[in-house]
Amino acid sequence: MKMQSGQKEILKRVLLSIRPHLALVLFSLAMAVISAVLTLYLPILTGNIVDCIIGPGEVDFTAIFALMRKMAAAILITAAAQWLMNIFNNRIVYRVSSEVREQAFRKIEILPLGYLDTHSSGETVSRVIADVDQFSEGLLMGFTQLFTGVVTILGTLVFMLSVNVRITLVVVVLTPISLFVANFIAKRTYAMFRKQSETRGEQTALIDEMIGNQKVVQAYGQEAHVQEQFDEVNERLSKYSLRAIFFSSLTNPSTRFVNSLVYTGVGLTGALSVVGGMMTVGQLSAFLSYANQYTKPFNEISGVVTELQNALACAGRVFELIDAKAEEPDAEPALTLPADPGRVSLEHVYFSYTKERRLIEDFNLSVKSGQRVAIVGPTGCGKTTLINLLMRFYDVNSGKIAIEGRDIRGLKRGDLRSAYGMVLQDTWLRAGTIRENISMGHPEATEEEVIRAAKEAHAHSFIRRLPQGYDTVIGENGGNLSQGQKQLLCIARVMLALPPMLILDEATSSIDTRTEIRIQKAFQAMMQGRTSFIVAHRLSTIQNADVILVMKDGCIIEQGTHQELLERAGFYAELYNSQFVMPE
Amino acid sequence: MRKLLIYMKDYRKESVCAPLFKLLEAAFELLVPLVMARIIDIGIKNQDTAYILRMRLLMVALGAIVLICSVTAQYFSAKAAVGFSAKLREALFAHIQALSFTEMDDIGTSTLITRMTSDINQVQSGVNLFLRLFLRSPFIVFGAMIMAFTIDVKAAMVFVVVIPILCVIVFGIMLLSIPMYRRVQERLDKVVRVTRENLLGVRVIRAFCREKQEIEGFDADNEALVKVQLLSGRISALMNPMTYVVINFGLIALLYTGARRVDMGIITQGSVVALVNYMSQILVELVKLANLIITVTKAIACGNRIQTVLDVPVGMEAPEKDAGSEHPGNASHRADDEERPENFSHRADGAEQLEKVPAVVFDHVSLQYRGAAADTLTDLSFTANRGETIGIIGGTGSGKTSLVSLIPRFYDVREGCVRVDGRDVREYPLDELRQKVGIVMQKPVLFKGTIRSNLLWGNEGASDEELLEAVRAAQAVDVLTAHSGRQSNASGVKPNISADKTRTKNSSGNPSGRTDNASVRTDEETALLEGLDAPVEQEGRNFSGGQKQRLTIARALVRHPEILILDDSASALDFATDARLRRALRELSADRSKMEGRFAHEDSLREGRSFGNAPSQSSSAGRFAHGDSLREGRTCEMTVFIVSQRTSSIAHADRIIVLEDGRVAGIGTHEELLAGCEVYRETYHSQFPEKSGSEQGKEALA
Repeated sequence: MKMQSGQKEILKRVLLSIRPHLALVLFSLAMAVISAVLTLYLPILTGNIVDCIIGPGEVDFTAIFALMRKMAAAILITAAAQWLMNIFNNRIVYRVSSEVREQAFRKIEILPLGYLDTHSSGETVSRVIADVDQFSEGLLMGFTQLFTGVVTILGTLVFMLSVNVRITLVVVVLTPISLFVANFIAKRTYAMFRKQSETRGEQTALIDEMIGNQKVVQAYGQEAHVQEQFDEVNERLSKYSLRAIFFSSLTNPSTRFVNSLVYTGVGLTGALSVVGGMMTVGQLSAFLSYANQYTKPFNEISGVVTELQNALACAGRVFELIDAKAEEPDAEPALTLPADPGRVSLEHVYFSYTKERRLIEDFNLSVKSGQRVAIVGPTGCGKTTLINLLMRFYDVNSGKIAIEGRDIRGLKRGDLRSAYGMVLQDTWLRAGTIRENISMGHPEATEEEVIRAAKEAHAHSFIRRLPQGYDTVIGENGGNLSQGQKQLLCIARVMLALPPMLILDEATSSIDTRTEIRIQKAFQAMMQGRTSFIVAHRLSTIQNADVILVMKDGCIIEQGTHQELLERAGFYAELYNSQFVMPE
Repeated sequence: MRKLLIYMKDYRKESVCAPLFKLLEAAFELLVPLVMARIIDIGIKNQDTAYILRMRLLMVALGAIVLICSVTAQYFSAKAAVGFSAKLREALFAHIQALSFTEMDDIGTSTLITRMTSDINQVQSGVNLFLRLFLRSPFIVFGAMIMAFTIDVKAAMVFVVVIPILCVIVFGIMLLSIPMYRRVQERLDKVVRVTRENLLGVRVIRAFCREKQEIEGFDADNEALVKVQLLSGRISALMNPMTYVVINFGLIALLYTGARRVDMGIITQGSVVALVNYMSQILVELVKLANLIITVTKAIACGNRIQTVLDVPVGMEAPEKDAGSEHPGNASHRADDEERPENFSHRADGAEQLEKVPAVVFDHVSLQYRGAAADTLTDLSFTANRGETIGIIGGTGSGKTSLVSLIPRFYDVREGCVRVDGRDVREYPLDELRQKVGIVMQKPVLFKGTIRSNLLWGNEGASDEELLEAVRAAQAVDVLTAHSGRQSNASGVKPNISADKTRTKNSSGNPSGRTDNASVRTDEETALLEGLDAPVEQEGRNFSGGQKQRLTIARALVRHPEILILDDSASALDFATDARLRRALRELSADRSKMEGRFAHEDSLREGRSFGNAPSQSSSAGRFAHGDSLREGRTCEMTVFIVSQRTSSIAHADRIIVLEDGRVAGIGTHEELLAGCEVYRETYHSQFPEKSGSEQGKEALA
């Protein structure tokens, strides 16, 4: 693995994302310098004061008061600088993370369906939320700590040198040990942290799957079995966590031990120097504080390194999402559609999701304006795929699809898609009120329009019976609504948007047939003069289509009107008759 | 949060030892300034180099002890924290699993997932830090104060003033920020939800060209999150500077007092240095504490979120597994356990008795969902006898799914009662009840693993043969071949291996000639067996809707349920497949009686294998294996509930229940309903147009 170069790349990207906040960052760094320097200055003042306190009758109070005033000023300035630094850091951290999150979200909106269909939503969510958090917090806190650390170290060195060269040398010689120890531990810890986050990911996936489908688990009485699976992962996780946490927590005490050696070294040399008359007790006391402060940043830096690595790993995952190949941008300049598009043609269309499994091959179709096209065929024959292509959720591998003679790849996706109204078998509703869900395609619709659409979709009567009518809030995934009710809402949504063309993919599969017939009537009125594509299992719903396409294995095997196809006595006729085969 | 602490109880030792060693560590650290003071006051004053050296050695020794104590403490606290969170996760997972459908509907899945993952992680790091610091820090703070007292009481008074002020600051800020963090977490929930929605609903959003509005919405939620984050950040940003000021002014006061005391000759210069050292130790400790208090505050906020989930009572109470209750099915089980010969007649009685008891009875049942304004089902009564097929049909939202979900007791009735095998479902231990039922839900779901592992959910002891049988009946053969990778070129080694595997699997019982079959498997069978091992991705993403539906049907069949419920589970199947499926189900039911010997045999095999797991669960068929085969045939017949929109799917049912708005609009056979039930007639004619359709229908029925 090219960790190094990869990490550098990521680091570059990270710096770029901080760039808009450069002023804030610089300001924050300036504050860091001020507070670090003043923090260092304080022990000198204290030392000076101590030197003024020699013994009974030998205390220089005037000097002490002067020094104390200086001290008070230094303290107040330091506190102010610290406060400002905190505020700015917060702002940088939260702003950067929100910007990265917005970037990631914008990316989600333009990712090709191919990406979204193959990546689990839970994982993508965790990239947008958890990884962004970890990255911004770890990284930016890391940076500031690193910076204050370096400033403190340098400052301490200067101060120490100004007081006494020999003792400074002792400190400088002893510090690499501390670094070495910290580094040694950090390296081992990183591997364990990786193991931990891998296992954690595994567990999250399990939780997502099992709790998301708890009803099935309970129906099969598999709670114990699932719990077993969970416990196994859980146990592994806690094993790795224990190691990771324990080893990483070794850094602190070990470096502290090294520090205490430094401290002792300073104390020893210092005390001997004082005995030799080369420095004062006050200076020694200052030195001792320095020895403490000088080594502390090393501890922090070693901690920061682990955190930085973690942050970089997270940043890498976020950038992976942001960098994922987006849908091809809309053509520039884009073709425009006439006001009421209706003619659709597919010419020599080839398409497959994966190279290994061919799906649609040499598909040709020409639909006249206002025609009703029905698509039937056995499960898995490529009906839904065809709709994916019409809506340009996927691009054809070769060949072309055109509306009114215009290649759909030359259109703006927005224009293309708003030319169609789509109702899918897989009902999707968002958390929100019924009204919000219906008016999704047409947010500025009036109350009357919403109710009219709901009535046409035969959803009005059940909505009225809900506790708050149109203002009833439905939870994630539609909450307590039945599958059929959800479908009615989806239909109302399209009824309200009134698009020039329609795509109905098993739009009424969960609706009872009596209601369906009534909805069909509404659809029929709506489809009057509109080109429409209908996928259905219930052949009764498509009998009066202008063209029925019978698909099998990605190809059209039969094509014609209901009557023609029946007369041909082929696949369609068989399919059609099978629905009337009542059990003997 | 406090209630969560019971999960700590297995780690009592660790959670006592960790802070204890931390205290030891702190105590030794506190000695260091004293040693330093002695060096200054005795060593330097007397120019005693040897003394200074000795004291230095003492300091190194102290350092080593501190290291050991600290490492021990870290180990114990890590162990306690990790163990605690593992226990908590386990308990939370178990609790969520025990929640009934009603509570799951109420709470919502995505927040449960965040709570199981990120919230618990936060709590874990919180506990870890808490164990290490919350005793150590106050100890250092107060210890430093006490040490100061040993040096000089007057000077130590400075500490007495400073420390309470610090406490007020630290805890004040903490109390202020806990609600803040809760709000942060809530806003975060919202951002998560919007992101999830956009991923799941991507097709609809793009179809309606809502991307721009979605982005605006997301930005607004995101901004709201940042606002709270900044606000909470502003509060905690105060902590460091405030403590810094307080401590350093304390230092000034200390120096002044020290100067006065030295001037009066009460204390020495070295003592002043020691006092100053103690003050700076407090500072160091508080800086640490300030940074870590944020983590702990977050942990508390998250812990409370976990607590609220754990506090949700498990709405459904069911008796524990009790083998000895007085109901016909169980009675016969018990009888069977006793000696065979003399019980023969007894058992036959039991069987007869069991046969007379209808499989499912709805007795004036009304159901109302929590939070709903009205009943979903109203005063529903019907009886389903053993072996009957019951069709359920009705308008959208008329309560079909609600009705069948009462049989495995997913929800509790508001009024009336549901009886399975003559016993109120509320009297069953839940898993005993659900063991009798195979349900295929509207939304087909598979789980990560292999096809085999998914099918085995139905019955853990099922052999490959049984699995394939179920697959065939569910019309899912092509699903297996499509996923087996290679279809026919698998020859030679592979089949033998799988055959061997089957043989070893069966070898514990009597082979009964079936393993011979296995060794002469056709190519197709080999492909099928391979297909069983085809990987299934999370939630079965790599299968189409129809494929998943058929596999979930197979899963239900594997279990040989007494009651099979198909909840509109053929909706993604075309008519031809649907018809074949129904035919297969009928054959399966008929086969059952014919091939009873075989099944009985298998059951006993299975029993032998999984006896420890679920002794009372094995199907009654196996129990009567040695009795009259005809009778057995009848007792083991499945009672089938088919919910459907298609009249053709249910027309053959022994009885059809027509629902409208949660009430029974008619019960009877197809012909009876056609003659006497307006709703049914309308539905039927909507599918079989009156002219040609009814003729065809009649034709088909004839």
